[in-house]
Amino acid sequence: MATASKAVTDSRANLPFVYRQYSAEQLKQVLHKMYLIRRFEEGAEECYTRGLIHGTMHLSIGQEASAMGICMPLAEDDQITSTHRGHGHCIAKGAEVKRMFAEFFGKTTGYCKGRGGSMHIADVGKGNLGANGIVGGGIPIAVGAALSSKMMKTGKVVVSFFGDGANNEGAFHEALNMAAVWKLPVIFVCENNGYGMSTSTARSTAVKNIAERAAAYSMPGVIVNGNIFSEVAEASHQAIARARAGEGPTLIESKTYRHRGHSKSDRNRYRTKEEIEDWMSNRDPITLFESELREFGFIDDKGIEAIRNAVAQEIADGIEFAKASPSPDISETGNYVYTEQA
Amino acid sequence: MDAMVRELSYAQAIQEAMAIAMDMDERVFLMGEDIGVYGGAFQVTGDLVERYGADRVIDTPISELGGAGVAVGAALTGMRPIFEFQFSDFATLAMEQIVNQAAKMRFMLGGEVSVPVVMRFPAGSGTGAAAQHSQSLEAWLGHVPGLKVIQPATPYDAKGMLLAAVADPDPVMIFEHKLLYKMKGPVPEGYYTVPIGKADIRREGRDLTIVATSIMVQKALDAAAALESEGIDVEVVDLRTIRPMDKQTVIDSVKKTSRLMCVYEAVKTLGIGAEVSAMIAESEAFDYLDAPIVRLGGAETPIPYNPELEKATVPQIPDIITAARDLVKGVR
Repeated sequence: MATASKAVTDSRANLPFVYRQYSAEQLKQVLHKMYLIRRFEEGAEECYTRGLIHGTMHLSIGQEASAMGICMPLAEDDQITSTHRGHGHCIAKGAEVKRMFAEFFGKTTGYCKGRGGSMHIADVGKGNLGANGIVGGGIPIAVGAALSSKMMKTGKVVVSFFGDGANNEGAFHEALNMAAVWKLPVIFVCENNGYGMSTSTARSTAVKNIAERAAAYSMPGVIVNGNIFSEVAEASHQAIARARAGEGPTLIESKTYRHRGHSKSDRNRYRTKEEIEDWMSNRDPITLFESELREFGFIDDKGIEAIRNAVAQEIADGIEFAKASPSPDISETGNYVYTEQA
Repeated sequence: MDAMVRELSYAQAIQEAMAIAMDMDERVFLMGEDIGVYGGAFQVTGDLVERYGADRVIDTPISELGGAGVAVGAALTGMRPIFEFQFSDFATLAMEQIVNQAAKMRFMLGGEVSVPVVMRFPAGSGTGAAAQHSQSLEAWLGHVPGLKVIQPATPYDAKGMLLAAVADPDPVMIFEHKLLYKMKGPVPEGYYTVPIGKADIRREGRDLTIVATSIMVQKALDAAAALESEGIDVEVVDLRTIRPMDKQTVIDSVKKTSRLMCVYEAVKTLGIGAEVSAMIAESEAFDYLDAPIVRLGGAETPIPYNPELEKATVPQIPDIITAARDLVKGVR
């Protein structure tokens, strides 16, 4: 990833990490992608409400800085495993929203040709090995991908995203232990949004901070405010450097909040309106990033307006693309169960 | 022309196949519990760690779920792992990764990936290891689209099918009966494969088709030899692969003999016998049947510790002889 020139970095010496690390253009790109995630989620939600998308979905509205902060310092061929709340990770790693919408609409032009849907969205070409419907399911898989990287000496770093709920799965503990024993280039990113479905971390998890669990596996455990892009990106940057240097894994706990319910069936009976309102009004990751960009002179109102308009167009085009795309033929129901052999 | 053929044990044949696979392809590596200096619980990996190093013969922690997941992740990203479960019973700890991840990844991602992982499962009773180390769970995995499930019954097939499994782009589960590990048989040197999805007629006969799997193949052959002196001519079909099943070979055999018996060690109900029987009932071979189909499988109980009880729990050669004789003579 390109960094800002020396003269520029000198004048930014006292600013938070990302404003020293990235060019103005890159920072605007980050804001663009955070808006893209937000509007994608809103667009998907609207399409669901209008009956254009079936099944269910888990929206990451409120967690955009976490996805972008982790993915921004990754190289294009670095890999991620994602979760049921994985739309943001997919976009942050470089996916095109039109092919994501097409997948949600069950169309052949979707990333999984309509076979996976929201919960299995993937973009292997950009290093996203897939969302996962099983809580914690992707964590050992990420360790396996990191083992491949080490054995094949590709230099790739692998990020495993998971939620606070997953840290109580056995797979989490088994995977962290093996990654540490074998010093693999993997970063465990726990996006702690406070609730595993309805059960709060306070009621489900014996430690106060999930990052404390890193101590059990002899790896650094880092807590960041997941709603502040710069904080997340800095932690990611350091963990990537450590992984690339062969020093092994890091556990990052990114404390954040989902504005929407767990899934479409959620009636929000386990949290108060005031709590949700507080996070939306006072700690929204896009608002926070936008005000920093303004304050430090990287963007003005006009620039923000331009980004919002471009994103709105991209979302509208994406939905149109999905609507216009063909559905798979019923005769192809059995495809992709096994590799087709000549 | 022909490669030199030696007598090898089933375990040696598997070990040789793994060595050949590692020699041929640097992406192939082994993972499992105590497969390094210990040599594996059944000495199948033996001294491979000395020949290939600890980076390619990887001892895992006792973490079946995580270990299986690491193998799946490595396969997904370009490696060719062979993962050994210490006992097939421990698949229960890793079902998530096998069933939800390995089996479905290619499908869920619309064919964008494949998961060329091989998993080896030492299975079956007869070692006095009691209920949690003696099960035959192959039908569990055989029920899952996306997996291939094989049960080689001879040293020759063990080597050839393992090499076919490593070359296969999809996840292949190999169930190896623990009592077969010491069985000796002819095994050619060098590389060869035995195709997955093809049954093998191990003995031709006119009066009765016995479809057997794994260790029951040899027992069925022994029973067939005994029945020959009574004038009963048994055909023995070694199923070898339970998913995808070679239906045609079984159908053709039943059309020839007009009688079918399925012999397998796993618990009788809801298993391979049910599948083979139903498949025949649905096929053109049904019209050729002269008698009801017979299933001879394991008792509806966990495997007991006591050696006499343990033997009584799974079909033995005299059971096969009696059931076959009754079937041919029309005794109900």
